[in-house]
Amino acid sequence: MDFRVTETQQELRNAVHSFCRTRVTVSLLHELATKGGFDRSLWQELAELGVFSLRRPEARGGSGLGMAEAVLVFEELGRCLAPGPLVWSHLAADLVGGAASGAVVVGGLDLAGAAPAPYLVEHRDALGVLLILKPDGVARLDPKRAPVRPVATPLDPLTPLHYAEQLPDGDRIAGADAARRLRLEGATLVAAQLLGVAEATLEVAVSYAKIREQFGRPIGSFQALKHMMADMFARQELARAAVYAAAATLDHPEVGDVERAVATAKLVAAEAAMKNSRACIQLHGGMGYTWEVPAHYYFKRTWVLESLFGTADEQAAILAEKTAAAP
Amino acid sequence: MDLRYSEADEKFRGEFRSWLNDAVPAYGDPPPPHDWPARRAYDTGWQRTLYQAGYACIDWPKQYGGRDASPTEQLVYFEEIARARAPYVGINFVGIKHGGPTLIAEGTPEQKARHIPRILKGEEVWCQGFSEPGAGSDLASLQTRAVRDGDHYVVNGHKIWTTYAQVADYCELLVRTDPAAPKHKGISWLILPMNLPGIEIGPLRTLVGEGEFNELFLEDVRVPVEDRVGAENDGWRVTNVTLRFERGTAFAAAIYSQQEFLADIARAARQVTRDDARAWDDTALRKEIGHAQAELDALWAMVKMGVSESSKTGVPGIAGVAVKLLYSELDQRLGDLAMRVLGRAGLSRDDVGGLPSKRFLATALKSISLTIAAGTSQIQRNIIAERILGLPKER
Repeated sequence: MDFRVTETQQELRNAVHSFCRTRVTVSLLHELATKGGFDRSLWQELAELGVFSLRRPEARGGSGLGMAEAVLVFEELGRCLAPGPLVWSHLAADLVGGAASGAVVVGGLDLAGAAPAPYLVEHRDALGVLLILKPDGVARLDPKRAPVRPVATPLDPLTPLHYAEQLPDGDRIAGADAARRLRLEGATLVAAQLLGVAEATLEVAVSYAKIREQFGRPIGSFQALKHMMADMFARQELARAAVYAAAATLDHPEVGDVERAVATAKLVAAEAAMKNSRACIQLHGGMGYTWEVPAHYYFKRTWVLESLFGTADEQAAILAEKTAAAP
Repeated sequence: MDLRYSEADEKFRGEFRSWLNDAVPAYGDPPPPHDWPARRAYDTGWQRTLYQAGYACIDWPKQYGGRDASPTEQLVYFEEIARARAPYVGINFVGIKHGGPTLIAEGTPEQKARHIPRILKGEEVWCQGFSEPGAGSDLASLQTRAVRDGDHYVVNGHKIWTTYAQVADYCELLVRTDPAAPKHKGISWLILPMNLPGIEIGPLRTLVGEGEFNELFLEDVRVPVEDRVGAENDGWRVTNVTLRFERGTAFAAAIYSQQEFLADIARAARQVTRDDARAWDDTALRKEIGHAQAELDALWAMVKMGVSESSKTGVPGIAGVAVKLLYSELDQRLGDLAMRVLGRAGLSRDDVGGLPSKRFLATALKSISLTIAAGTSQIQRNIIAERILGLPKER
């Protein structure tokens, strides 16, 4: 057992991290927030970075890496709030032609969970293909053919939405096993993004607390605020362990119960992102409530991510059954 | 990022598991918690059983009777102990996890020869005399005085939270040998034989009622100078050497027993019927159980992360500081969950209505101590904020 990030994995993460730091800046986020949230050229650059082809077999032009590498990449994408249907396009890399190269933007709807309706399609105007995930299989459909109308004011200004009353069945492209697998992988990658949000909000909060002065001292010296940030750190590290464990279990299912590890990751990471992004706003005081300070973007994105591939409530229900089944 | 145990670890698991499968049922049930002579006999007897099979103090170096077990082997050890519901160190805790390792690192050859084999075999029980009424979180401000008189120290003072003093043969005692020095620089570490004249033990009644804690009153107790471990006034450093032995597994056993507790809570919830429904049918309760399960599994993954780090570098990762904070607070939530499942039966500390009140309440009440002992949660948060996040000190 060596449950650490290897040097090679760290290099991959660093590459994505420095790309995000220079390319997905706060000013880009502000700009995209007014322009509908999607950036085609950024998408192409992410594709060239290997975000979508990462786990595709080498024989088919991918990098042949595992979930362990993928969660590190998605952690960084979550940290910088990179917009777009990243997880769906990554999951579709080996299912939909053009997804891996970035030529076709693939989005999706997860209808395998507890409460699928109302049907809210993210980034619909950017999509070439819409995947529909149901317990019995995966279908693809042309997003332009789905009867949808735009949501005028989405919660997350970087995640535009369309609303559909009904959806056509589409063409079935994979069966129940693939659907189950995609849902577990999707939940894990979203959990990784949530971990990234938990980290980013702590980082932003700590830097602000070190420079912002009140009563003649940096506010980060006040114990009340230090303890908030210590709790943010503890939640972040718990989420990290859970997310990495889910990835390691998906890569080597003999080490544990995959469903249990994934439910744990999604639940714990969502809680970390939710509480940390709230705390980040609180630590900024009045400025945290403004549009200008990006703290609200993290908070709003967290709600989007939390809703995907099984909410915390759904994961908790799965885990309670596992506990009850324990010998 | 690999959770697969090595072949060597799995081989160790197989051997230990098959030994436990026979040894645990053969050893019998533990005595009542407050029957101290019986508990001493039970826990030291188990230690001897482990020793005879080569499974005592596996993390100790081979030359002192251990196995030089790697941190991952130690995890396997905890997993198998939990799986077999085997006894753990019990009243041997201080000797095995603290006093023994301190002597191995800092003791003289004579001190080692006298104590190490006896701790290993369960022939010698230790207690810890660190805290004082006026020195809790600020332990280094301790006031128990040791004044040199020839080849003895004359010790006077008052210790509190002296775990297992009622059954201990020796006490690891922190005393002030130089009151003029800065507080961390005037402390010494003594081996105190508990049968010396001038030692009075008073059981400390905690909110649990009877328990393992005591007060220790020391009046003109004469401790031979040769029983000092490390140099005079170097006791603060000596106290901290045990951290070197802590390879990320410090709370592994505790986290594993939480898993057992949570499973028991879920089991009880399926038995209890209220308003014609099982407690388990209450969605809110069930989700909290699922939530606690997630945190427990994540904590175990965090332990594995720290253990992997220390396997390679010798020290657990920095995030390990958060393990104590998280597990202790989770433990109290498990206590609340247990109380909710018990309902009014939780007002009785004896089993009523077929529910395990006695065991649940013992665990729930004990959990209250976990956010206080071994560094309060507030101290842990200060450490995280200042040492990890680099936030400025308050003053």
